[in-house]
Amino acid sequence: MKQYRSMVLISNGDSSQSKGSEAVIDAFHQAIEKYDLTSEVYLTTIPDSGSPKSQPLVIVYPEAVAYGPVSAEKVDFLVSEHLYKGRVAESLKVSDPFEIKRISWLVQRTGTIPAENRIVLEYVGVIDPTSINDFLTHDGGQAFATAMEMEPQRIIDIIKKSGLRGRGGAGFPTGIKWQAVRDAPGNKKYVICNADESEPGTFKDRVILEGNPFSMIEAMLIAGYACGADEGYIYIRGEYHDALEKITNAIIAAREFGVLGKNILNTGFDFDIHVHSGAGAYICGEETALLESIEGKRGEPRQKPPYPTTYGLWGKPTLINNVETLGNIPPIIQNGAEWFRAQGTPSSPGTKVYTILGNVNKTGLMEVPMGITLREVIGIYGKGMKSSAFKFAQTGGSSGSIIPAILQDTPMDFDSYRNVGVSLGSGALLICDDSNCIVDCVRVLMRFFQVESCGKCVPCRIGTEQALEIMTAITQGRGTMDHLAQLEWLRKGMEDFSNCGLGQTAGTPIKNMLDHFRAEVEAHIKLGVCPAGVCEMGG
Amino acid sequence: MTSTTQPTDPLYNPKMRPIIDKIIEDSIDLDGGLMVVLNNLQSKIGYLSAPMQEYVAEALSIPVSKVHGVVSFYSFFTTVPRGKHVIKFCIGTACYVGGINQLIDKAKQVIGIEPGQTTSDGMITLEICRCVGACSQAPVVVVDEVINGRVKSSKFEKIVQNVLKEEAAA
Repeated sequence: MKQYRSMVLISNGDSSQSKGSEAVIDAFHQAIEKYDLTSEVYLTTIPDSGSPKSQPLVIVYPEAVAYGPVSAEKVDFLVSEHLYKGRVAESLKVSDPFEIKRISWLVQRTGTIPAENRIVLEYVGVIDPTSINDFLTHDGGQAFATAMEMEPQRIIDIIKKSGLRGRGGAGFPTGIKWQAVRDAPGNKKYVICNADESEPGTFKDRVILEGNPFSMIEAMLIAGYACGADEGYIYIRGEYHDALEKITNAIIAAREFGVLGKNILNTGFDFDIHVHSGAGAYICGEETALLESIEGKRGEPRQKPPYPTTYGLWGKPTLINNVETLGNIPPIIQNGAEWFRAQGTPSSPGTKVYTILGNVNKTGLMEVPMGITLREVIGIYGKGMKSSAFKFAQTGGSSGSIIPAILQDTPMDFDSYRNVGVSLGSGALLICDDSNCIVDCVRVLMRFFQVESCGKCVPCRIGTEQALEIMTAITQGRGTMDHLAQLEWLRKGMEDFSNCGLGQTAGTPIKNMLDHFRAEVEAHIKLGVCPAGVCEMGG
Repeated sequence: MTSTTQPTDPLYNPKMRPIIDKIIEDSIDLDGGLMVVLNNLQSKIGYLSAPMQEYVAEALSIPVSKVHGVVSFYSFFTTVPRGKHVIKFCIGTACYVGGINQLIDKAKQVIGIEPGQTTSDGMITLEICRCVGACSQAPVVVVDEVINGRVKSSKFEKIVQNVLKEEAAA
């Protein structure tokens, strides 16, 4: 696996290009080759930053040092000093403290390199997803073989020590969940892979399932062995035809190979996997609704507790993990907890797969260490904003948060985000520029929740409907200031009294909107104008 | 739901009845088999009529109310026949930002029906669907399970023409 030691960002916007940034980039490539650093240094470009007098600007991570202006002639010296000898080239550093403040990239965060680092996605697009042999020749199955030589408790200890947290959105420590299932009384236990990726804007699980279906089987085998389960289900959303076909074929191939079924490879361990297709209900991503759906019922969430770890599928202890969470298991077993902890942040180790969408130049999938910032995501992976300025990002599909521009330098990990009152969600990053209206955006989210609310509990069923009505009124110029107080009351009620995560988080966009974009909302109400020009304020 | 004998119902269609029976037979002993049966019926028959729901309830020995409860819960299940071709508009957040609403307006102009309706010749049904997980290609229009990405209104017209052209050729 490729682990970069340093990362170099070179500004390459219009202003930098007029000052010769292209030549600087060429010089960097040559110098890195000359000092034989190609496998250790990751080079990329970013939009302009700081004032023109320090451009072209070069930023080196993990030390987070800014150099500028850097000319092509000085590149060799810079590479030899900083990247080869490992000391900061003081003479080229941006020294003016006012200028440093203008370089928004320099956050006080060192140690994490925001370079792409594929753990879960390592073999996606590399191996043939239809061939078990191709999987095996790429180290596939090694982790399962390693795990089978350990005591089950030892596996759980490794997962606990790794600090892996659930990647479905909530960030619950995976090892603790596994332990709870292992410790739960009963002989019959289940392992479920939650592939009901219903959050709009998220498609990481689909790519993992389509690209490396055998790794999911391997991870579920390890989980089954560690927790004492002999049966597994993959609950896959009905919209994912290709993924469904790939995983079904992979299971058939694994059975033929003898790694699924009775007495696997003569170890005395039994495990088999069934595939269950969803039928188009967002709520079924909620773990207890998913259980109901597998049991052939309406996907209405159960009351918790009891938690699925003790009372799950057909009343038996059940482990439910997200696709991406399970994707981390084989690499952790193979490389150890220490290796995993070396990436990401101390409280959220490892990487996170994001889908980057919206008004950026490049959309798609990326896997980066926990703790990088939105600014880095947009600048490095999104290749900058398409036309106008960044206004807000919507994380994690619908039930995530709306991240305003002022929070774009907050490290993206579970705890840092929680501390500033937003959440990471499932990994979708919808980047919106200032042609988008926040009120309209929240209205669309409320419509989504109103449609997808299962209707079992009153706060969510009525709350989402009323919130939608109010949001619609505001976008049509019929809003009043009383509406805002009502929205706040509804949000609080849904959060406190709803039965499941859908209702509890449905009001999050409202909270983010009122916290960070109150002026824009009030402009709709008091002035009767939509500042972004999106809403038809007919009245 | 009252049971009325409709000659047009798939349950009384001699070609479809064996398919229905086979689907039920395959999953009758499965734990939680109801969802599997309904999913298969929906994909093979195209919709779940009231007589079909009653038939399934009887075969699986569960109340009709429970079957109907499940059918009405999940958005994949439909109780009326759809057109020969189904054009779906993704209204996920990414597609919304990508301009799916303008495409829906365009569709109303070009085809003359609203989402949820079927053309009078039974050829095309327009539907709104949930995120299909192809968000990097927003806005997305799904035509008979084939995903069309980055659809502009000119491209949309072409998509509709292709559907009609294939139909004329067939």
